[in-house]
Amino acid sequence: MEYLTCNNMTTQEAFYSYIVRLGDDSLILGQRLSEWCGHGPVLEEDIALTNISLDLIGQTNNLYELAVLRENQGKNIDQLAFLRLEKEYENLLLVEQPNVDFGYTIVRQFFFDVYRKLVFEALCNSSDERLAGIAEKSLKETKYHLKHSSEWVIRLGDGTEESHRRVQEAVNTLWKFTDELFFQDEVDQNVIELGLGVDNSNFKATWNSHVEHVLTEATLTIPSNSWQHAGGRKGIHTEHFGYLLSEMQYMQRAYPNMEW
Amino acid sequence: MSTKNIEELEREFQAKIDADIKIEPNDWMPEGYRKTLMRQISQHAHSEIVGMLPEGNWITRAPSLKRKAVLLAKVQDEAGHGLYLYSAAETLGLDREKSIDDLHSGKAKYSSIFNYPTLTWADMGTIGWLVDGAAIMNQVPLCRCSYGPYARAMVRVCKEESFHQRQGFEIVSLLANGTAEQKQMAQDSLNRFWWPALMMFGPNDDNSPNSAQSIKWKIKRSSNDELRQQFIDVTVTQAEMVGLTIPDKDLKWNEARGSYDFGTINWEEFNQVIQGNGPCNKERIDARRNAKENGAWVREAANAFAEKRKKKELTH
Ligand SMILES: [Fe+2]
Ligand SMILES: [Fe+2]
Ligand SMILES: [Fe+2]
Repeated sequence: MEYLTCNNMTTQEAFYSYIVRLGDDSLILGQRLSEWCGHGPVLEEDIALTNISLDLIGQTNNLYELAVLRENQGKNIDQLAFLRLEKEYENLLLVEQPNVDFGYTIVRQFFFDVYRKLVFEALCNSSDERLAGIAEKSLKETKYHLKHSSEWVIRLGDGTEESHRRVQEAVNTLWKFTDELFFQDEVDQNVIELGLGVDNSNFKATWNSHVEHVLTEATLTIPSNSWQHAGGRKGIHTEHFGYLLSEMQYMQRAYPNMEW
Repeated sequence: MSTKNIEELEREFQAKIDADIKIEPNDWMPEGYRKTLMRQISQHAHSEIVGMLPEGNWITRAPSLKRKAVLLAKVQDEAGHGLYLYSAAETLGLDREKSIDDLHSGKAKYSSIFNYPTLTWADMGTIGWLVDGAAIMNQVPLCRCSYGPYARAMVRVCKEESFHQRQGFEIVSLLANGTAEQKQMAQDSLNRFWWPALMMFGPNDDNSPNSAQSIKWKIKRSSNDELRQQFIDVTVTQAEMVGLTIPDKDLKWNEARGSYDFGTINWEEFNQVIQGNGPCNKERIDARRNAKENGAWVREAANAFAEKRKKKELTH
């Protein structure tokens, strides 16, 4: 039942891209967080960051499986995860940004969690039942992630002078990647029309007020002058991304076509 | 109660131990028992935490989504083991922060095996198979240790370690049955880890001066050499199952003993690694010290914030 939609893209193609993008966000952030394992500021946080990373890798797995099921483009989930070229990944630029320090990691996570919670809430009503199921499970996880990241944003913002300075710097640096959370193109238009995906422009205001509320409690401010960057959803990444991929893809590239 | 003299207390204590009655944190215990146990448990805790590093080294390079998740979960389990063990040692009066500083200064020891590098993915299999395997051999008897909190921690830890051991063996058997390149990777890994794994059981019995007292106190339940032999006997069979070769030309089944005879361990290497001269001692300790130092501002912020909130609550 392959039929064309408005922009010469089949429904299946659009839905595939849409789910792969969701999966890419989870994978790349999960990969970044996993860099913390063994190096956290306290053992309990080492465990917490690893937990979040594990949830994200689990989401990646579920989302890629669904993508492959709905539209087989000849790649299995590990080939999707490990064997695409840089420009074929369509994750948000925010999630590929380096860990820098615990403050950056938490702010990156917080911006993402607020957004992801809204996405998954809406996706619980997707006309694709299986996607709705994944969204429901992921929403539970994301609520926990958001609680964790919000609490830390507040603690660090309203902690010591040093922690305030560091976390404000992270907000200032990462803010330019937040408009991209609401990026839309023909992929989105197609899945929104069919009730498969969500219209993220609907919750931009909610995202803003939620973020502002937490930042205010943390005594932090939103930078007033910030040119916004985008490109991830079109496969145009930041310089950090190539390094992340070369590490993540090392085994699959060095030893092609093997089972592990 | 303090009318009893030390000899009487010690006699009662030993009688409890002989009767397999668990010692609990508030019970009277000889100072030597407390100190020996505290050292043993904190060293074990440090080993769990330092042990996260060699495997953590491959998380970002894991070859599939499944392997990445399994490895993350495994390393996270080790962090959990570290936490229970620090808590168990705290029941004996351990100061966790001070003991971690001792680790960073080189004063406190941890298992020598974690000072070896992880050079290929196969090492993720070998470590699970041999290192978690050796840990189980060491720790299963400790589930019957005389000190209650340690014995209980070991029950929980051993369950997870045997899970890790099976996962590791699964990785190794997959490689051993895979392509020629994979099989070679598994064999190379076994070659590098075999002898260091045997060293995990500690010095030979005749060079292990504290063992007799520890066995009498039931904080050690088998000798180093007994455990090492058990490990070898089990592991040789497993290596044969997957067609890998144990790198020991003296390894031979001894019908009379019902065990394998094996070659001489390089105790000079063992001593060097224990003294800090292993291939990765510096890297491991630096990584832990950096984690602590780089996290100082985070811990300070959390404390400052908690203080502020407390004050706020008081004024409201
Ligand atoms: Fe462990
Ligand atoms: Fe252990
Ligand atoms: Fe383990």
